[in-house]
Amino acid sequence: MNGANSPQQYEAFDSGVLRAANRRDDIIATEQAVMDAIGRHGYDPASQFAIRLALEEGLVNAFLHGHRGLPEDTSVTIRYHVSDGDVEIAITDQGLGFNPKNVADPTLDENLELPSGRGLMLIRAYMNAGVHHENGGNTLVMRYRKHTEDGDGSASAHTA
Amino acid sequence: MGPPGSEVRARSNRRDTLNGSESIALMPTSESRIKVKREGAIIEVFFRDRNILDEANIQQIEEEIRSVIELEKNPKLLINFTDVDHLSSAALGKLITIKKRVEALSGQLKLSTIDKQIYDVFRITKLNKIFDIYDTADQARATFK
Repeated sequence: MNGANSPQQYEAFDSGVLRAANRRDDIIATEQAVMDAIGRHGYDPASQFAIRLALEEGLVNAFLHGHRGLPEDTSVTIRYHVSDGDVEIAITDQGLGFNPKNVADPTLDENLELPSGRGLMLIRAYMNAGVHHENGGNTLVMRYRKHTEDGDGSASAHTA
Repeated sequence: MGPPGSEVRARSNRRDTLNGSESIALMPTSESRIKVKREGAIIEVFFRDRNILDEANIQQIEEEIRSVIELEKNPKLLINFTDVDHLSSAALGKLITIKKRVEALSGQLKLSTIDKQIYDVFRITKLNKIFDIYDTADQARATFK
């Protein structure tokens, strides 16, 4: 929608850094902040579902696996960046790190009836623009790109 | 207020004031996280939460469902997902645990009324292969042996 009076050609975004301990109200506050930011950038319900699920799984993994053996109030750091086109969320725990290649595939027949092990797989499935680990496994970075409409060709805010 | 241990106090989920100071009821104070409907031999369970994400809630849901089926011979359990908007992999894990318990009791477990987004989670994790899932509760009920 570029007219003579189009707004500045920069992309508006919301970003922040949060801390959460393994308490339900911290987790809820974190999800609320990120989902509020996402709500301001026009993500559809399916996208919101995907991002919320991945965020929840990422947090639970950080506490359950990342912080295993650490004091209950050890916090994780959540960095988020939300724009009209994409979302990036990075969750950093204070644990010993791990190698994501060591996580077994939960969809194999022999693993299908295990009670756990699906979190990372769900994150990868729903965060459509990539998931990777940094800092020896302490930081999980996940990205989501908004589905764009075909048709008028001006899918992003950067149309010249 | 009755004396401690009386039926009135036992059913209360509220803090009682005794002699001006607060005392906490000796029974668990958290509300039930499920609703149970019995229709003939079929036990139908609904969730009170729209979002089944909280680890503690998930744990409680599992315990409540198990206590409902534990005394049944060959339990016929239907878990109805009406109004569930979100669930986490921890919830899926508990469903697997419940399934194993139902099987150990020689019972049957069916799931129903799962919306598309939640069903996708079952599909992606391939858990749609190990659970008996129906669009509606009526369809599920019709298939219990």
